[in-house]
Amino acid sequence: MSLLSIRNLSAVSDRDGGTPILRGVSLDLAPGEVIGLVGESGAGKSTISKAVLGMLPRTVRITKGSAIFSGRDLLSLSSRELRKITGSEITLIPQDPMTALNPGRRIESQLTDGLRLKRGMSSTDARRRGLELLEEVHIRDPERVMRAYPHELSGGMRQRVLIAAAFAMDPKLVVADEPTTALDVTVQKQILRLIRAMQAKHGTSVIFVTHDLGVVAQICDRVTLLYGGMVVEAGATAEIMERPRHPYMQALLAAGPRYDRPDRALAPVPESIFAGLREELASFDREEVRHG
Amino acid sequence: MFLARLTKRVGIAATTLFGVGVIVFVLLRVAPGDPIAMMIAPGATPADIAALRAHYGLDESIPVQFALWLKGILAGDFGTSISIRRDVLDLLAERLPATLELATAALLVAILIGGGVAIVGTMLRRTRGESVVDAANGLLLAIPDFVWALALVLVLGVFYPVLPLSGRVNPQSADDFATRFYLVESIVTLRFDKFLEVASHLVMPTLALALPLAAVITRVLKQALAETMVQDYVLLARLKGMSELRLILQEALRNAVGPTLALTGVQFTFLIGGTVIVERIFSYPGVGNMAIDAVINRDLPLIQGLVLAFGLMFIVINILVDLAVVALNPRLRHG
Repeated sequence: MSLLSIRNLSAVSDRDGGTPILRGVSLDLAPGEVIGLVGESGAGKSTISKAVLGMLPRTVRITKGSAIFSGRDLLSLSSRELRKITGSEITLIPQDPMTALNPGRRIESQLTDGLRLKRGMSSTDARRRGLELLEEVHIRDPERVMRAYPHELSGGMRQRVLIAAAFAMDPKLVVADEPTTALDVTVQKQILRLIRAMQAKHGTSVIFVTHDLGVVAQICDRVTLLYGGMVVEAGATAEIMERPRHPYMQALLAAGPRYDRPDRALAPVPESIFAGLREELASFDREEVRHG
Repeated sequence: MFLARLTKRVGIAATTLFGVGVIVFVLLRVAPGDPIAMMIAPGATPADIAALRAHYGLDESIPVQFALWLKGILAGDFGTSISIRRDVLDLLAERLPATLELATAALLVAILIGGGVAIVGTMLRRTRGESVVDAANGLLLAIPDFVWALALVLVLGVFYPVLPLSGRVNPQSADDFATRFYLVESIVTLRFDKFLEVASHLVMPTLALALPLAAVITRVLKQALAETMVQDYVLLARLKGMSELRLILQEALRNAVGPTLALTGVQFTFLIGGTVIVERIFSYPGVGNMAIDAVINRDLPLIQGLVLAFGLMFIVINILVDLAVVALNPRLRHG
């Protein structure tokens, strides 16, 4: 029984005159599972995560498909019903910890917003829970951090605070939108480990959006590779890393630097593979037209 | 840190006031127009004129006059008005409270109206309502204070005579107050009838001064809010379940208000300048109204005193604005 089941999801951008940005995407996520959404810019990975969070921009229109979360279709809920789920059962770890915290509010109030607004906690209870959460994400001196403003914390610290806030609601699903992209490489590893640990401890499912296959290998149980809004390859991480089926995935894995063979030059993805991908997109669009 | 900043600002303020004093003093004396010529009786002899000139110290060189004036001010003596023949400081003390109440009321009303419209416009964003707000605001930006004053007089004083046309209070009530701060006094002493009387006299001049400033505040604040409302932390807060109004007030406003505050401080100059003409139109007994007479009569000591008073008001407001900006921005507070 999957927690989230996206079926045949298609979307177009109204701004670009109806250009398809998702093409029949399907994916399933079991409780407690971490799935990686991988792809280059414009592959549709963040459109999928925004659709799940109910944060799609007005210019994006869903044309087809469903996203069943715990028995409810997120795409057909009223915005009022959706707001009960998002931020509570589904939460977000944002991409850039430098811009995702309000510079004018203390950490305490930002960390406990959800607890007070959605759980109706008193500020004393929310504060106590906030301190627990900060300890859970290994922040030293949580009392001081609670009183601090964002500019007094490092990027890694801020991302820890945002992770604590995302798990504060005991959500069933956390969407992590490239949570390590904006961070220093040494901090990246710690944050990945932290997300994995929090996820395991709370039994939460995670959609991990990234363009970094190395990150996927570290943290994801399964991976879905997207190109042009279409699923190119999906499966268990270990299996795909060992035996990629699609030539695009094979080329991507071959393109990565190999620390065990530093003398080997980086191999870009050959143009013939992109031509093949474009042909797949075009044939999908023709099928869509034929079936209406 | 806060105190050091304040001390520095006060030091700068004193320097600014000194500069203002020098410029006004010199300009008044090199500009054409002779205060003595305005006051001598026909048929006065050159000896009489010279005696008057000496009496007001106008026979000395400009630097000597300035030094004498400055010495007087440091001792609390701003000189004697030539046309009204009373102590300048007494005149200021008499008239300044009226202008302070008017200018403060106008500033508060401008912030309330301008801020309110900006927030409503932000809530209506991407709807037809927003275009209406923007268009109306564009129109308001083009209307200066004295046009408002005349329009208000026509509508609320002549066609529908619901508000008093001139003065601060009804003529028979002038002795009912112990201080010159009529509005504040009526509130503090809880005399509701007096408060209504003073307030009704304030409505039109206040609106005339406030509306142009409100339009500027709306324009700048709404723009800043639009930029802030798409910040990541606002999107995240929306996900946490905050209502639109709460998002604006709690998440966006504090971070968006800085430029508006700074601009309001600058625009306050125009408001103070506006009091001169608006007070004239409503026969409002403030320093602005008195300034027109002082200039017509070439009343040098009075003009100098008035300009210093205007300068001081401007400086105080800008110090308050700076402190508010710092208080609202934690990054500046600690830095």
